[in-house]
Amino acid sequence: MNIASFAPLAVVLPILGAALTFLLIRQPRAQRTVSIALLSLTLLLECLLLASVWQGGTAAVNIGGWLPPWGIVLVVDQFSSLMLVVSSTVSLAVLVYATGQGMADGDRDAPVSIFHPTYLILVAGVSNAFLSGDLFNLYVGFEILLTASYVLMTLGGTGPRIRAGVTYVVVSVVSSLLFLIAIAMIYGATGTINMADLAVKLMDLDQGTRNLLHVLLLVAFGIKAAVFPLSFWLPDSYPTAPAPVTAVFAGLLTKVGVYAMVRTETLLFPGDTFNAPLMVAALLTMVVGILGALAQSDIKRLLSFTLVSHIGYMVFGLAMSSVAGLGAAVFYVAHHITIQTSLFLVTGLIERRAGSSSVDRIAGLAKLSPLLAVLFFVPAMNLAGIPPLSGFLGKLGLLQAGVSLGTPLAYALVAGGVLTSLLTLLAIARVWNRAFWRKPEDAEHPDPVLLAAPADAATGDRAGQRNVTLLPRTMVGSTLGLVLFGVALTVFAGPLFRVAGQSAEEMLDRSAYIHAVLGDEAPVPPIAQPLRQEGGK
Amino acid sequence: MSVNLTLLTVMGALYACGIYLILERSLTRVLLGLMLLANATNLLILATGGYAGLAPLFKKDTAAGDYSDPLPQALILTSIVISFAVTAFMLGIIYRTWVLARQDDIQDDAEDRRVAETPSFDAEDDAVIPAETSEFPLVAADPAEADGAPDPSDTVQAGARRMPAVDAAAEEQPGSRNITPAPEGGTE
Repeated sequence: MNIASFAPLAVVLPILGAALTFLLIRQPRAQRTVSIALLSLTLLLECLLLASVWQGGTAAVNIGGWLPPWGIVLVVDQFSSLMLVVSSTVSLAVLVYATGQGMADGDRDAPVSIFHPTYLILVAGVSNAFLSGDLFNLYVGFEILLTASYVLMTLGGTGPRIRAGVTYVVVSVVSSLLFLIAIAMIYGATGTINMADLAVKLMDLDQGTRNLLHVLLLVAFGIKAAVFPLSFWLPDSYPTAPAPVTAVFAGLLTKVGVYAMVRTETLLFPGDTFNAPLMVAALLTMVVGILGALAQSDIKRLLSFTLVSHIGYMVFGLAMSSVAGLGAAVFYVAHHITIQTSLFLVTGLIERRAGSSSVDRIAGLAKLSPLLAVLFFVPAMNLAGIPPLSGFLGKLGLLQAGVSLGTPLAYALVAGGVLTSLLTLLAIARVWNRAFWRKPEDAEHPDPVLLAAPADAATGDRAGQRNVTLLPRTMVGSTLGLVLFGVALTVFAGPLFRVAGQSAEEMLDRSAYIHAVLGDEAPVPPIAQPLRQEGGK
Repeated sequence: MSVNLTLLTVMGALYACGIYLILERSLTRVLLGLMLLANATNLLILATGGYAGLAPLFKKDTAAGDYSDPLPQALILTSIVISFAVTAFMLGIIYRTWVLARQDDIQDDAEDRRVAETPSFDAEDDAVIPAETSEFPLVAADPAEADGAPDPSDTVQAGARRMPAVDAAAEEQPGSRNITPAPEGGTE
């Protein structure tokens, strides 16, 4: 019995936890214990999965005993297990942060009793999407995580959240419908929705049909991953949600879209048909995103724009379809999930300490709370790509792959990548200068909380408001843990880059995946030009 | 056998109406549009299943080609359930919008509007005399000027006019009332 046979538990455990926490809706303490325990268990299982795949190679689990290509199959390979481990680590940290916030503020105010079940369902959806070896099951995974995210996005039902929620829901539903249309057409064209089977059968289609299906899938995933010009919904909807929710969305949801794009490009439609358009999209995503970030004065909105911008790096790595490029993209995804989430968590802390997340209203935080300054500074420099942090290593890998590709478009992307990195540094430095370094009196519209005497701030006695702890220990602790995990990614960048490189090699080779699902005798079609139909033009 | 043309025509009509409706600003119409699109997609999945055949219950003496394809119907069932849940949720937030704002339209993002209206003039970067906002102001080398009071006889070029340095510095502090940011940036 291989440990990989327990892969379905990565989806089942969080769903079980959701059911339990829903039953315990009147006992917040039991709810917290159950959800944190089950998520830790899931993380442990996923670490074991990564270890088993590392030694034993790709493994597939047939759900309900139905043989592929008829039944649903879950596939654990290096890429998906790495994504599972990183995403569960991040979601565990955010869960601890959110419970800390709930405990500090008192659970009566917000309907946090539904937070735990919904959050666990979100995690189950993410795991399902990462593991799925079946196109329709991937769609179901997306729907599970999206439906949970609709609820989390509009938690509390305040005006701004509902306004943002409407945009978010409509855009997500449209992208899901596009994905469903693509699935229907793929089934009509090939008669299968098993991804390994599709990898074989899509090769037999003529180029026009393949291109249509390919573009449909890319557009659907492009909306989910927020690739320019399909990215405008993201900075509009993310910043209004509660801080832990924004953090987990920024870390995970767009990356599930990127994951789906990687699978589409490497497994279903290998070859370089759409590499050039993808590279142009990547360049525009990077540059337009970061220019948007420069105009913002609210830290959450600024981070949402940098999130869009850095999706461009991953698409760039993917579009090179070389082992070096894809490996760097996989590394960058792991790095970016961690860093972006920790930055949003720190912003949540800044908002609590200073009363606002707008840099016009806050100042002097470096003096007021040196710990916050350190917590912000390390991931912020990492995001901008300052050596020797993991952001620098990921970008370096991408740029090296781009230069070794050597086409004019690749050089344009390399230049765009460097420019985006510098502009990210500029955007982050502006936040740093205004929020942390200047004197509190210099803020344009200083927040009353910020100017309260330090003694009052320590006890959290905001004028006229009930007492709240400004920086609860659990929230700071979980943020610190995630920042340290980000630093660990830098320290262990060597092994991580090897895992990323191997998973890229495996994905581009395709034989491990196809053999794991369809058996060792299954033919692996060559990646060269697909068959064109005879007797056409 | 022939393709079921009625089904395909209905599907096309549903897609057309759905796309028209989701382009409206009224949330109820957007919801109706999404429902039409979801149903049109269900019809598309049904159409990809091929021609209608016998119910897919296994009998020994029926050839495999005579059955209907059961998979698309399983997919449709799943997608109906999903669109049901999403429609219920959408109705909930539309009602909430109505309760909060008394209107059925999509609202503008206030912060978006504010960023769009921000002038490109930045007192810190673009002022003729830069506003000193750091915690460590430059200390003048001449001890006579170390008390920070500028020489009243100094004048500076501010845009088209020449003015005393003291007044210019006072004007260009952030938040100063003397500066009205013009829409294109710069000061009037």
